[in-house]
Amino acid sequence: MDLLSALRRLGRDSLDVLSVFGRASVIWWEAIWRRPHFANLPLVIKQIYQLGVLSVVIVVLSGFSIGAVLALQGYNQLVKYGSESALGLGVALVLVMEIGPVVSALLFAGRAGSAVTAEIGLMKATEQLSSMEMIGVDPLQRIVAPRLWAGFISMPILAMMFSVVGIWGASLVGVDWLGVYEGAFWATMQDGVDFKSHVLKGIIKSVVFGLVVTWIAVFQGYDTQPTSEGIAASTTRTVVYSSVAVLVLDFFLTLVMFNF
Amino acid sequence: MENHIIKIEDVTFSRGQRRIFDGVSIDIPEGKIVGIMGPSGTGKTTLLRLIGGQLKPDGGNVFVDGHEIPALSREELFEVRKSMGMLFQSGALFTDLTVYDNVAFPIRIHTRLPEEMIRDLVLIKLQSVGLRGAAQLYPSELSGGMTRRVALARAIALDPRIIMYDEPFAGLDPIAMGVIVELIKTHNRVYGTTSIIVSHDIGETASIADIIFIISDGKVIGSGSPKDLFDEVSSPRVQQFIKGLPDGPVPFHYPAADYKEELLESTVTSSGRFF
Amino acid sequence: MQIRTIEIVVGAFMLAGLISLAILAVRVSGFAVGANTDTYSVYAKFENIGGLVVRSKVSVAGVYVGQVAEITLDPKTFQAKVRMDIQSEHNNIPKDSTAAILTEGLLGGKYIGLTIGADEQSLKDGDEIIDTQSAIVLEDLIGQFLMKQI
Repeated sequence: MDLLSALRRLGRDSLDVLSVFGRASVIWWEAIWRRPHFANLPLVIKQIYQLGVLSVVIVVLSGFSIGAVLALQGYNQLVKYGSESALGLGVALVLVMEIGPVVSALLFAGRAGSAVTAEIGLMKATEQLSSMEMIGVDPLQRIVAPRLWAGFISMPILAMMFSVVGIWGASLVGVDWLGVYEGAFWATMQDGVDFKSHVLKGIIKSVVFGLVVTWIAVFQGYDTQPTSEGIAASTTRTVVYSSVAVLVLDFFLTLVMFNF
Repeated sequence: MENHIIKIEDVTFSRGQRRIFDGVSIDIPEGKIVGIMGPSGTGKTTLLRLIGGQLKPDGGNVFVDGHEIPALSREELFEVRKSMGMLFQSGALFTDLTVYDNVAFPIRIHTRLPEEMIRDLVLIKLQSVGLRGAAQLYPSELSGGMTRRVALARAIALDPRIIMYDEPFAGLDPIAMGVIVELIKTHNRVYGTTSIIVSHDIGETASIADIIFIISDGKVIGSGSPKDLFDEVSSPRVQQFIKGLPDGPVPFHYPAADYKEELLESTVTSSGRFF
Repeated sequence: MQIRTIEIVVGAFMLAGLISLAILAVRVSGFAVGANTDTYSVYAKFENIGGLVVRSKVSVAGVYVGQVAEITLDPKTFQAKVRMDIQSEHNNIPKDSTAAILTEGLLGGKYIGLTIGADEQSLKDGDEIIDTQSAIVLEDLIGQFLMKQI
């Protein structure tokens, strides 16, 4: 390929990327910002059920296993320095600041994000979105907005559940099984973990992740090619893009919030 | 002078490189049944979307009841659409709602009627399409013909002044087709609703339409009452479409290289894959 | 599923979120913010604060009475000026008490220990503790120890 056509291609691709961001922003603007309204509360509640409640089992199971594994591995290292009482602190900090928000967001993308994309994509393919428009109802307000709100509300709850269950799993392994002194386990944790500078920042992270993942999912569904291949590709893109977005954003949020 | 509720003025529209409309003008008189016909792929559905404001024309203008559709804001558009009903080819029922709730949907959205009154309205509409008994079924439990009748009940729920039918006869068995024809005719006669039928089923459309427009290659190639189009010597293209001749001015073949030459060529053009 | 069931389940979900938040606040971070009730500020200057940081604890007889709020460098004396926020309930600490920077365990964090004096007057907001004892720096200690040996 000669240089000119390579440049031309690069230009076209960048324009494509820009137009994707443009369309995604329009969705955001029309669905949430321009006229924020909570009149559709029943719809939001239904979506919290679909996105949040149905993700609880996978989040709790993963949280428990990760907490237990962190305790096992952490104990092995800490016991070399005789400081296994710091186990609770280490596990809690890692879970609350990083693993809780990040892993639950990844699970959320796989479990709920893909479902949202497939559902909206199928609605588009079966002309349900079109017919809604012709009835005089804006699908951005009726279909998209409740899902965005639900993601925004559910994600931090899931992340907090993840951390709590993870810490519980770590205490089961650390205290009840490996025999770390229970008082020290909790005391070092309470001493070292600060609500404002650790817990709250983790929650802020998960709020951002929830917004971004649902936004990507909703956009991919709304912008899909209304065919079976199109929906399949969009669903895959939702999981891939939101996973990458969560990990990259996590880096920058950590950079900004934890004063590096 | 007839009152034209919809005026399409010299509309051009392209999708990608393909030019779908190249200066189409159609005036639709109020209270009539209008058929818009043409070979498949001529953008008949696109025309309905232009009227409904879901697409904007590249050139020309569309007026519905005096409103300049392409110039309306999103809100104004949703307002104008309250006076339109549209029957989609697939029915496009909301799969998470029952038949009853599907028909009630537009009423609940646009009015503040008490639930008892909505119930009466919904049952009246369902009765008129003969599906009052199916009120509690979900769309997945309906046959193709029933789906379209429910969709029709939903389209007429608010008694719109204009109803657009997108291929209302496609893929139906003769009985279901007869039912739909009858329903469209009755609704037009009883309520004086302007009906626009986009279809390529000549027989059914001709049997109920007052005026037919034939579109081909992005242009209106013929219009008039069904009788005029059948009897009079219109252009050969119109004749070909109406009589269903396979080849004529509208070519049977998609543009291709010379037949003999391609057969003699040895290169394999297929990708060699099934899926 | 029935709308009502969904509402109940979603309600339980939100409640579980609140409970998680409460657990994270109380059990995991131990009321670090919640305890921030009324405090008064007391100052102290040290030659060397070692590893003392903001939020290090201030204790009397090992009991938590407040925390370090701010550490600045005095531009004239080049001493570390430490502002401590003491909880208002401990308003009867004598004015001539001494402040020492101590270490929790062998390698643990630094904290300020107050040794109670005998003055009738108590410390008030803005007061300064005159008698202070700097952090023990391990290198100095080892150095002194070696010098004596030789």
